Amino acid sequence: MKVELKIQRYNPETDAQPHFENYSVEAEPTDRVLDALLQVKGLLDGSLTLRKSCAHGICGSDGMRINGRNLLACKVLIRNLQQPIVVEPMKGFKIIKDLVVDMEAFFEKYRSVKPYLIQNEAAPQKERPQSPQERERFDDTTKCILCACCTTACPSFWSDPDYVGPAAIVQAHRFIQDSRDQGGEERLDILGDREGVWRCRTIFNCVEACPRDIDVTAAIGEVKRKLLFRKI
Amino acid sequence: MPEPTHYKSGRPIPYDNPFELFAWVFMRISGIVLLFMAIGHLVIMHLINSIDTINYQFVVQRWATPFWRIYDGIMLFLALLHGFNGLRTILDDYLRPGMWKKWCTFLLYAFSLILLVGGAWVIITFKPK
Repeated sequence: MKVELKIQRYNPETDAQPHFENYSVEAEPTDRVLDALLQVKGLLDGSLTLRKSCAHGICGSDGMRINGRNLLACKVLIRNLQQPIVVEPMKGFKIIKDLVVDMEAFFEKYRSVKPYLIQNEAAPQKERPQSPQERERFDDTTKCILCACCTTACPSFWSDPDYVGPAAIVQAHRFIQDSRDQGGEERLDILGDREGVWRCRTIFNCVEACPRDIDVTAAIGEVKRKLLFRKI
Repeated sequence: MPEPTHYKSGRPIPYDNPFELFAWVFMRISGIVLLFMAIGHLVIMHLINSIDTINYQFVVQRWATPFWRIYDGIMLFLALLHGFNGLRTILDDYLRPGMWKKWCTFLLYAFSLILLVGGAWVIITFKPK
């Protein structure tokens, strides 16, 4: 079938403003948007720039705005979309070129919540045991692939680029709820600030955007509850 | 060397600051309390008594007992601070950093403070003529 694409293009060396260009390619209804984009790049215009890596919804590098929603281009099928398929880069970041955005600020916030196991005790002989119930508490948030679909769908983040954002909170939640971790207090200090979880207005865009179906707002709610109950 | 206060990108490094936590909890608790107090206020002022029977004498009678003074005082504080915090949040969300935001925030703080002090002054010092 014929697939009509409307792609936002921007070359910082020649363009003052981003603009849209139309492309038409042949693809199967069961192909993904990424396939269509790679057809454009391979057959029509080699200068089209986008990030992709595994192309199977795991690496999280091809998050983009497709028909007004943040999606992974490698996960969404063409038959599920209205044509022309409008493809834009994620909102709220500086565009480097075409669909590639500068994610340094995103990863700075990710690093700011200390997304690694913090343990002050010496490592045991074997593993650190954990019951299935303890593991269950953070199971949902282990699924995050850092694609930034949630953070760039968040109106609080659009209006305040300093907001730590849902993705970083999800990552913090994963370790705060982990019974083997001892850095929970540090992370709660970081998230309890005004640019932390309190910026969240429970808009739920993050939940809708997450390609891994993480219940992001629930995780943020759990962090809020932790912050509240450690003060009382 | 002093501790850095900002990340490389210019984003402030967070520290343990419970203000927003208290503001968040306050909004929820004051909202629930106000729901009942405001309904009580509505029933007394508009359903049991008609507004055309409410006059100076009515207020004198009502405020002769400390209970109603305290009731009105609590309602004044909760309603004003609840509304103030809501507006503060909206300004914070919708205005970009800069002079315009500083001025609006200053006006909001000043206006709320004047209303709060004025209202409290009346409730505490009111004496019937």
